[in-house]
Amino acid sequence: MIHSLFLINNAGDLFLEKHWKSVISRSVCDYFFEAREKAVEPDNVPPVIRTPHHYLINIYREKIFFVSVIQTEVPPLFVIEFLHRVAETFQDYFGECSETTIKDNVVIVYELLEEMLDNGFPLATESNILKELIRPPTILRSMVNTITGSSNVGETLPTGQLSNIPWRRAGVKYTNNEAYFDVVEEIDAILDKSGTTVFAEIQGVIDACVKLSGMPDLTLSFMNPRLLDDVSFHPCVRYKRWESERVISFIPPDGNFQLMSYHISAQNLVAIPIYVKQNISFFETGSSGRLDITVGPKQTMGKTVECLVVTVHMPKVVLSANLSATQGTYNYDPVTKILLWDIGKLNPQKLPNLKGSLSLQSGAPKPEENPSLNIDLKIQQLAISGLKVNRLDMYGEKYKPFKGVKYVTKAGKFQVRT
Amino acid sequence: LKVINCCVWDPSGEIFELKAELNSDKKEKKKEAVKKVIASMTVGKDVSALFPDVVNCMQTDNLELKKLVYLYLMNYAKSQPDMAIMAVNTFVKDCEDPNPLIRALAVRTMGCIRVDKITEYLCEPLRKCLKDEDPYVRKTAAVCVAKLHDINAQLVEDQGFLDTLKDLISDSNPMVVANAVAALSEIAESHPNSNLLDLNPQTINKLLTALNECTEWGQIFILDCLANYMPRDDRESQSICERVTPRLSHANSAVVLSAVKVLMKFMEMLPKDLDYYGTLLKKLAPPLVTLLSAEPELQYVALRNINLIVQKRPEILKHEMKVFFVKYNDPIYVKLEKLDIMIRLASQANIAQVLAELKEYATEVDVDFVRKAVRAIGRCAIKVEQSAERCVSTLLDLIQTKVNYVVQEAIVVIKDIFRKYPNKYESVIATLCENLDSLDEPEARAAMIWIVGEYAERIDNADELLESFLEGFHDESTQVQLQLLTAIVKLFLKKPTETQELVQQVLSLATQDSDNPDLRDRGYIYWRLLSTDPVAAKEVVLAEKPLISEETDLIEPTLLEELICHIGTLASVYHKPPSAFVEGSRVHLRIPHTRVSTRPHPHSPLKCCPAPHSALGPAIVQVSTRKVPVILLGSRLWTLSITSAMPASLGGAPAVGGGLGDLFDLGGGVGMPTGSYVAPKTAWLLAMKAKGLEISGTFARRGGIIQMDLSLTNKAMSVMTDFAIQFNRNSFGLAPAGPMQVLTPLSPNQTIDVSLPLSMSGPVMKMEPLNNLQVAVKNNIDVFYFSCQYPLSLLFVEDGKMDRQVFLATWKDIPNDNEAQFQIKDIHLNSDVASNKLQGSNIFTIAKRTVEGQDMLYQSVKLTNGIWVLAEMRIQTGNPNYTLSIKCRAPEVCQFVYQCYELVLKN
Repeated sequence: MIHSLFLINNAGDLFLEKHWKSVISRSVCDYFFEAREKAVEPDNVPPVIRTPHHYLINIYREKIFFVSVIQTEVPPLFVIEFLHRVAETFQDYFGECSETTIKDNVVIVYELLEEMLDNGFPLATESNILKELIRPPTILRSMVNTITGSSNVGETLPTGQLSNIPWRRAGVKYTNNEAYFDVVEEIDAILDKSGTTVFAEIQGVIDACVKLSGMPDLTLSFMNPRLLDDVSFHPCVRYKRWESERVISFIPPDGNFQLMSYHISAQNLVAIPIYVKQNISFFETGSSGRLDITVGPKQTMGKTVECLVVTVHMPKVVLSANLSATQGTYNYDPVTKILLWDIGKLNPQKLPNLKGSLSLQSGAPKPEENPSLNIDLKIQQLAISGLKVNRLDMYGEKYKPFKGVKYVTKAGKFQVRT
Repeated sequence: LKVINCCVWDPSGEIFELKAELNSDKKEKKKEAVKKVIASMTVGKDVSALFPDVVNCMQTDNLELKKLVYLYLMNYAKSQPDMAIMAVNTFVKDCEDPNPLIRALAVRTMGCIRVDKITEYLCEPLRKCLKDEDPYVRKTAAVCVAKLHDINAQLVEDQGFLDTLKDLISDSNPMVVANAVAALSEIAESHPNSNLLDLNPQTINKLLTALNECTEWGQIFILDCLANYMPRDDRESQSICERVTPRLSHANSAVVLSAVKVLMKFMEMLPKDLDYYGTLLKKLAPPLVTLLSAEPELQYVALRNINLIVQKRPEILKHEMKVFFVKYNDPIYVKLEKLDIMIRLASQANIAQVLAELKEYATEVDVDFVRKAVRAIGRCAIKVEQSAERCVSTLLDLIQTKVNYVVQEAIVVIKDIFRKYPNKYESVIATLCENLDSLDEPEARAAMIWIVGEYAERIDNADELLESFLEGFHDESTQVQLQLLTAIVKLFLKKPTETQELVQQVLSLATQDSDNPDLRDRGYIYWRLLSTDPVAAKEVVLAEKPLISEETDLIEPTLLEELICHIGTLASVYHKPPSAFVEGSRVHLRIPHTRVSTRPHPHSPLKCCPAPHSALGPAIVQVSTRKVPVILLGSRLWTLSITSAMPASLGGAPAVGGGLGDLFDLGGGVGMPTGSYVAPKTAWLLAMKAKGLEISGTFARRGGIIQMDLSLTNKAMSVMTDFAIQFNRNSFGLAPAGPMQVLTPLSPNQTIDVSLPLSMSGPVMKMEPLNNLQVAVKNNIDVFYFSCQYPLSLLFVEDGKMDRQVFLATWKDIPNDNEAQFQIKDIHLNSDVASNKLQGSNIFTIAKRTVEGQDMLYQSVKLTNGIWVLAEMRIQTGNPNYTLSIKCRAPEVCQFVYQCYELVLKN
């Protein structure tokens, strides 16, 4: 099972280590550093690294490498999922998962890691249970603690750990009972030069924020559940009812959680909200090039496209860009070679355009590779797949909760080739 | 609380200060001090000196303080074993605490104190906790057994904890079940042969019930455990599949992949015509696709496993090509894996799409990725015949970009395309030649030289081109030098008149001016071939080459089956058998087969590809064989060098990996060998030429002894006596093992049969033909000479079965120029009968593989003087003509080996 964990920052400093079995010397990380150096970019470090006696499985989150050490055959996905859970827990506890917050809360971090694994076996990874065992730091509590001397460790047995619904604690009480659901869809797409869709799919999630007293039993139904043929559910969802009735029936965890994720790959269901007309060319001589990009609406279902950002990864030889934008602002970073054009709201009457010249390193040959455009956008109040929640019913409790559903569509890995 | 990020603990009084605080009367101060100690420990500082002071804080009612002290104890008990004993009492007491949280915490911490002296004190509390009324305590205790086992396995067995643990599999609480399974699995890993997880239908049912109710991690343990079970029949298999299928919709990708493993393994047992089988296949695709939308690290592991799944069951994802299209911001490790799977899924139906993508990738920034994309285009051409033309034109387009590394990769793959489709795309050679100057990588240079040599007759200025390479001959890498040598010899054989000077030059560069034994040997072989027998040289050097196939980069089927049983594990990420790399090897798993006995053994691809692309290559363990120099300068040297060098090179071969062990049984499974074939006697010496003595005879190998069977007939008028026999020096040193025993005088018109045992210890001289034997027979009348030819099978020794790994390596190691191909016509035997027959003559089948109705037999033969001959026999059902490819370091013997094949198979 998982033997040890090392946290390493972007500069290569090892700033935290935790061992769940015998202590493994931190020199084992040398193999990681070697791989890190070879990969050049931190994103490209291979997730599984083999050393003579151990395997290092790592993830890279928020500029921190979570490097775990295993000695026997352990499913790598198991380890990676666990590491993600650790990062999420830190995020959940400290508001952000960064080197500074981890160092500031090092004792809590250590207590958390101790509760999350026992002998390398996952013990308590549900945020609800962890919070009963170890209270997250708040300014108020740390003040109270210093004054009264009380601790941030729970005194009682976390009830959820024993019940058949380990994700929910008992005795939850709210004055305002509310349940909010966010349907978030991300479009992953590759468009080719001519604007034809090479590949497109939708990654959807339904995030929930449920603050209900007692033991509510919820049922969520859709207008068009047939859209969903590839789904992953939170453990609380009763799969049998989904199979037979296509409704989501569950006793929710307390607080924020992801109820389900889904995946729609049928091309005809994936609408592409915008089109991009672009021409980026480099001249054979003169060390320069031209750039001309126009963005316009395509299938927006009558909604406004907001937060539109175009990112261009320029070839290394591009030194600077002299452009003019009819809307929004642009910025070219000569170090990262990234051209960022922040457009904002897309106005269908007056299409935003960015054009001008690019200057290259003098004497450099014409770049061989084609730059690629990445698009970011957001459409409020729309799930691009057309998914709609029909109703939410609650059983098991008497009060009337406040309910709400929000939809939003975003660009995921949305790429336009040139 | 600030943490200073430095590794050396400065003893400038800080420890002293903390010591004082720890011993303070004030609770709060104490706790703060422990916190400070923990913080220091966390960042790797050594605070072990405070051990006694921290342990003193242990007896407290404050849960937080207790936990902090426990944390400290776990870390430092090992270095302070004597002190740690002080803590035992507290543990024993805590295990009786009314609060189950405290009991569980105590039993959990106890197991983490890795001190031998303490462990025995812990047995009693642990035993109680395993039977605790509270499931939370039981589940914690289950893990504690695994911890204790890691420290002192014997103790755990003696105390009977393993049995208690097994009982917990039937516990009423699903989490206890999951933890018991996890603990047992971990213990079982260090005892590969123990029967700890004895699974039967009752326990399976318990596990399946617990599966629905336990945490995601518990589900992974249970699924992995289920995968080891062997269902009794297809109905049980189906019912398990049905109960596992809902896990495919779990949010945790590790649960999904473990479920995929169980399904992939058990569906093997389902009849293919069952409706459920089809349904299951359909259900597998969406979760696999979903894994690809997860974080890149998860994607990577998923892709490595999908790579296995598409090789085993391509139908699952054949319509999902698009999800493997590479995105600009995928990390490189994801990009490379996606590319690999795209090629595996490429078919006639989607090839246009794939090629368009690959061409796009070839203009990306990342050089490694671009290279692999170009190679992938070549692989597509070889895999999907209909696309070859399109691939070639795509490659030509890429060559036009003049991007240096793209051009070089393209030329390397075009060479492979030429080998796969000879005489089809030679029109592009002109374009290739234009780029000659830009090639600076050895592999590309070698490929280009190969092309020029192979098609020398169609390239007008081939001699000029090759000559231009010759100028810097000594600066080239060995690969290029060897290729250049061969290419120029080819050129010479095709256009002898104009290139004499060139070939002289290269031969002298390769032999006299080179220190490289490989190069020198090849040079000498060519030299000698050209000077003695140009016709033979033509046959050898310009021989038709076997076609290459795309299967070279498939994982061999036995390994694939094993890996399918290990989906989701490290083995599946590395595509190597688990036994090969995880310390403390695991139980060998197999896919269950309903028809195990009748199923033919699948075997590995052995086709040789001229330049296996390491990154794309199969995960076959490389065997290092020392290069054996074969020097043909003198006939004496010829045999000597081979006999002495060959066994040494084989001695260095490592043991076979676990997954391959069963291959050795193949010979036995086929049936008993039928015994070696003996040709009928033929007349060797005619009476009219030998004063009335007529000799006919044949050769036989019986139980490892070589015999010459002679019939002596007296056709003269007088009695013959005083027979004696002698052999001239011959290629393999055959000599009579003793005098010829003709005891009675031979009367006129009488025939006597004599069996003369032969030894191999005679003097050696190379004969022409190789198997010629000159014999002198003496009697009271005169001495008579005759010559006869023995079948080479006489020299095939009984231990000629080569290790499979060695075979693979040797096959690769022997240059392709040494390969000879033959047709054996009109054989109406199936492959099993044929290999059985051949085995009678010590031609051993090492592996058999069936591809598209074609049986490939891989065979080895060892001659008495230690020469190994490797052969590949292709048998197409319904086609009476077999194709035989023979490879040997001494290519002269191939012809004679072929004759033996024909002799044995036809009789």
